Amino acid sequence: MYSETVMDHFKNPRNVGEMKDPDGVGEVGNPICGDMMSIYIKVKDDSIDDISFLTFGCGAAIAVSSILTEMAKGKTIDEAQKITNKSVAAALEGLPKNKLHCSNLGADALQMAIRNYLDKKAGIVREEPKRSDKHEHHHGDACYCPYCDVEAVEDSPVCVNCGREMDEAH
Amino acid sequence: MSILNLDHLATNPLLPEVQEAMIEAIKKNYGNPSSQHQLGDEAAAALQQARERVAGLINSPVPKEVVFTSSGTESVNHAVKGVAFANAEKGKHIVTSNIEHNAILRTLRALKMMDYKVTSVPVDEYGLINPSDVADAIRDDTILVTIMHSNNEIGTIQPIEEIGQITQEKKVIFHCDAVDSVGVVPIDVQKLGVNLLSFAANQFYGPSGVGGLYIRRGTRIWPLLDGGVQENNKRAGTENLIGIIGMGVAAELASQEMEFRIQHARKLKQTLTEGLQNRIEGILINGHPELSLPNLVSVSVQYIEGEGIVLMLDEENIAVSTRSACAAGALQASHVLLSIGRDFADAQGTLVITFGRDTTEADIERFLEVLEEVVQTLRNMSPLYVKAMQEQAEGIALS
Ligand code: FES
Repeated sequence: MYSETVMDHFKNPRNVGEMKDPDGVGEVGNPICGDMMSIYIKVKDDSIDDISFLTFGCGAAIAVSSILTEMAKGKTIDEAQKITNKSVAAALEGLPKNKLHCSNLGADALQMAIRNYLDKKAGIVREEPKRSDKHEHHHGDACYCPYCDVEAVEDSPVCVNCGREMDEAH
Repeated sequence: MSILNLDHLATNPLLPEVQEAMIEAIKKNYGNPSSQHQLGDEAAAALQQARERVAGLINSPVPKEVVFTSSGTESVNHAVKGVAFANAEKGKHIVTSNIEHNAILRTLRALKMMDYKVTSVPVDEYGLINPSDVADAIRDDTILVTIMHSNNEIGTIQPIEEIGQITQEKKVIFHCDAVDSVGVVPIDVQKLGVNLLSFAANQFYGPSGVGGLYIRRGTRIWPLLDGGVQENNKRAGTENLIGIIGMGVAAELASQEMEFRIQHARKLKQTLTEGLQNRIEGILINGHPELSLPNLVSVSVQYIEGEGIVLMLDEENIAVSTRSACAAGALQASHVLLSIGRDFADAQGTLVITFGRDTTEADIERFLEVLEEVVQTLRNMSPLYVKAMQEQAEGIALS
């Protein structure tokens, strides 16, 4: 099911653990399956000097967190801000389609940690960002299956393309 | 190293006796049981023998009441849709429970789109249905009650006999999805008072691709597959004779060994449950402590997710199954675990461990040892666990 790279990161995850006195923290929850991830960063000379993670989630989510920390470590803030779900998934040599949403967790948590660091530096205090539990529509009027991204047929409880069950209110 | 199978619900090996019977059947090149000539006679006799053996397993007095199907799923579809279609003029209301298998849920979902109405009764924290809830749910236009015998995620066995009394009194057709029970625990269709009962051969070491549906005489039901006159006009299509012969042998062995298998499984279940409780903190055992399948243990490991556990156990050549949303095709939390009151996070860490007649105490020990390590590894990565431990430490510091 998973690529060798995914299995490698899942079995030997890098940079696990909570960080003491981090410069930035990002905590996100997964709207689809409800899992969560925390990313901690330490910044020195405008670069990510240290990074670690904690994840409650599937094998893919753990692998995503692990490779993400490797990708971000040593990068300047500017460079790290360019890390996206796509680049994480690509570095893992792909994820199964229904696991692509797990890579969102990683990139989102990292970007949130960076924002948290920049806010602190600028002296901005933001309300704690809340986990969104809803499945948000990122397309126009039409609904799309969250698993295969094919347009959903109205009133159908299952995706006509991949056969997966969708939220009643898709 | 060979793989330790603690996922017998998904994969049961074929017993050697079953294998032999099936190989012999292939070599014999049986004819078609429906033929009028000699080629058909032998086949018809083999079919009849298998039917009698299977009828014996569920104590059906008339072997004809057993219809062979392609799977437990087909049996369930046949029972529910067959009754719904045949009785639509009388009413379109069906009563079920909140913890049924997907085969029932999705069949009912399809019927709902054809204007059937469904009432689903709740379960308590052990997954038990209260029969009086079923009685209350039955209306004038109720044509079917469908309740599972045992649950495949938590093992709880329902009070089917009591529900059967209610449906008989109220003259409503009663279907019982007994796929996880037949061949595992004693099932007596006469005692249970059911009109219909679904089961599958692979749950008792028979081949996959063969199921059975018990249809009590006089039950108003349509076939699911229309065509020829096979299976007493109840299920068209040339019989899967080789599979059916295998099912017959497996049924006979299950009847003979039932007592032994149950005793054996009960001991393992006790070792496993106690081992889990003694070795791992923060676990919840799911299902009823007594009224449940002897060969199944369902456990929610707090703070971690099940797919990770399964993958790590697989690395150690141990096969178990999880009910985590992440591992479910639809990425949804198990409706069964939510129904018994597990919260989302606890449901995520749920394992279903099922064992068989060849599983040993040593296997269970080995599993417990490996699981303990795996759980700790994953917990050290979990934000929920780290937070819970900090809170615990603070609590201790405060007091
Ligand atoms: S975290 Fe749930 S599927 Fe990946």
